[in-house]
Amino acid sequence: MVARKLATALAVALTVAPAPYALADINVGVTLSATGPAASLGIPEKNTFELLPTTIGGEKINWIVLDDGSDTTKAVQNARKLIGENKVDVLVGSTITPNSLAMVDIAAEAETPMISMAASSRIVDPANPKTRWIFKTPQSDALMADAIAVSMKANGVQSIGYIGFADAYGDGWLAEIKRSAQTAGIKVIAEEKYNRNDTSVTGQVLKLVAAKPDAILIGAAGTPGATPQKELVARGYKGRIYQTHGVANPDFLRVVGKDGNGTLLPSGPMLVWEQLPDSNPIKKVASEYITSYEKKFGTRSTFGGHAYDTFLLLRATVPDALKAGKPGTKEFRTALRDALEKANVVATHGVFVMNANDHNGFDNRARVMVRIENEKWVLVK
Amino acid sequence: MDITIAALLAQDGITNGAVYALLALALVLVFAVTRVIWVPSGEFVAYGTLTLAGLQLGKASGIAGLLAATAVVAGILEVVRTARQGDWRRLAPRLAAWVGAPLAIAGVLVLVAPLQPPFVVQIALTLAAVTALGPLLYRITYEPIAEASVLVLLIVSVALHFALLGLGLWFFGAEGSRTPPFTDASFEAGSVVVSGQSLLVVATSVALIVALAWFFNRTLYGRALHATAVNRVGARLAGISPSFAGTLTFTVGALVCAFCGVLIGPITTVYYDSGFLISLKGFVGAIIGGLSSYPMAAAGALLVGLLESFSSFWASAFKEVIVFTMILPVLLWRSLATHHHDEDE
Repeated sequence: MVARKLATALAVALTVAPAPYALADINVGVTLSATGPAASLGIPEKNTFELLPTTIGGEKINWIVLDDGSDTTKAVQNARKLIGENKVDVLVGSTITPNSLAMVDIAAEAETPMISMAASSRIVDPANPKTRWIFKTPQSDALMADAIAVSMKANGVQSIGYIGFADAYGDGWLAEIKRSAQTAGIKVIAEEKYNRNDTSVTGQVLKLVAAKPDAILIGAAGTPGATPQKELVARGYKGRIYQTHGVANPDFLRVVGKDGNGTLLPSGPMLVWEQLPDSNPIKKVASEYITSYEKKFGTRSTFGGHAYDTFLLLRATVPDALKAGKPGTKEFRTALRDALEKANVVATHGVFVMNANDHNGFDNRARVMVRIENEKWVLVK
Repeated sequence: MDITIAALLAQDGITNGAVYALLALALVLVFAVTRVIWVPSGEFVAYGTLTLAGLQLGKASGIAGLLAATAVVAGILEVVRTARQGDWRRLAPRLAAWVGAPLAIAGVLVLVAPLQPPFVVQIALTLAAVTALGPLLYRITYEPIAEASVLVLLIVSVALHFALLGLGLWFFGAEGSRTPPFTDASFEAGSVVVSGQSLLVVATSVALIVALAWFFNRTLYGRALHATAVNRVGARLAGISPSFAGTLTFTVGALVCAFCGVLIGPITTVYYDSGFLISLKGFVGAIIGGLSSYPMAAAGALLVGLLESFSSFWASAFKEVIVFTMILPVLLWRSLATHHHDEDE
């Protein structure tokens, strides 16, 4: 109780209302998880919004960025505030799936388009009428899980073990890999859970190794993915180890060190843009973004790419929407939604080809398989 | 499950349990002397690992900045206190202790870090820096309200925990770090492989526990703390300053926590927010000891480590549930077994 009150007081103190914005400008309301458990995803996103230009199609654009601390309640508050007080034309966020799902209702109710930076395909589930207003930039887990299953099959894997987070991310991946593996004729023979902050995963790993799977998939995001990997190596596991695209950041390589070598994972192409063929249109877009990001913030993060892709979507669609009405009006928001639904945009993570049933619009061009060799990402051709 | 797996799990449980035991001891010590339930102890553990990992990369700006900032705040408090007392001759030694010493440590850190000193020096620097934070934060947060009720002190602890969490994110970043293992050696005992790292962790923990026991029973300062823990008013009448006892307690507590951080660094990836869960497990151990008995707290912490290790093998999805549910029967047993009395409320 005390903790909660203090947390609320802190949260209120941290989000002092920004100055009012002129109505004629385009207001983009962003809520992301720059603190809390998802901070390693949210911080590169926040950095990316600092890099973005302040005009689109000759119109001034205000990026109003709030932090939701990886907390669903706070994300909902932020979304209501952005729509109610800042009268935003488009909502961007949040970083993680639970927060984004909670914001769907608010965006739909206010008839404001929303672009999520979280992965789950449920956020843009076409069966839910509210998702008419919702779009998302990251690849769905299903797309990535299929890539893993294809790679496993090609490597002659017949049985796999799974160890993942004991949360929505880990459970989501378990469901997806079971589906993809079944399609590919691969059996999931062991499944284990662990927590991001666990000091040891020895118990889970011993059980996995004892089941003798041909390969093991680790369903984790960021540096916590290194914990089971190092333990597997320490226990002498000889099969292939797969990770998800959640670990595709330089910090993972730093923490996992040489124990990561040989690991395979799917990723957005921007991670290895230098190794893409010149004919790939994604290479140019990704190089522009990553060069400017690395100049200011050091090392690339694929999560920052999801934030940049929302900008690319807006840059392509805002000029159309401006023809229909002034920013701040319902006409503008509706036109922006319609334009987003027809978007065909080359981005850092793939090529968006949206339609009424697919508000993500990514296809196989949005994934590549990457192998860790000598503590570096290497594109598997 | 065969004997090899059981032995590996026991080894893992004992290694983690040894670290929890150290934390449990620090928690019992701090509570006994100052009545503070030291929620932010976990942050000291995390700072310990992250500082050492930073030094490995030749960086020390995070912890040095934190030290400098807290030293400045403590210095302001000391100036205010001196002004109230009107005795300006005492200002210089106070400032030397509260501002000079921490700034000196911060300075050494910043100067030495880029030189990539040997591992032992890095550990010493880490311990010095994180330990210095203990008394500084005591001076800033707890000392001015040392006579407040346990509840008020707990509220301050929670606030300090959140503040240190935020500062940790700010100074160390969101990503986790690991430190290299102290040793790659491993020994074979029958069919079981015992890693040198685990042995080292257990041995250091035992050594530290023995050292603490010696400190409390054989040295003057340790006995002063012991006396304060047994009877605060009596100790005060005997000439032991409560403020001094508090400062010393938090120095020892912070040192133990920093040590935990150094020990746990090679075993697991530590994040700015990892500390809370680790200290919570130490706390469960301390509760088993009724927040007063050192041997019981250490045994409780060991039990937590073993329970965690075996439950992660059998039912990994429910691991935390199992560990933290254990506190219920313990509380029930304690409330039935001990006669309840309000000590100082």
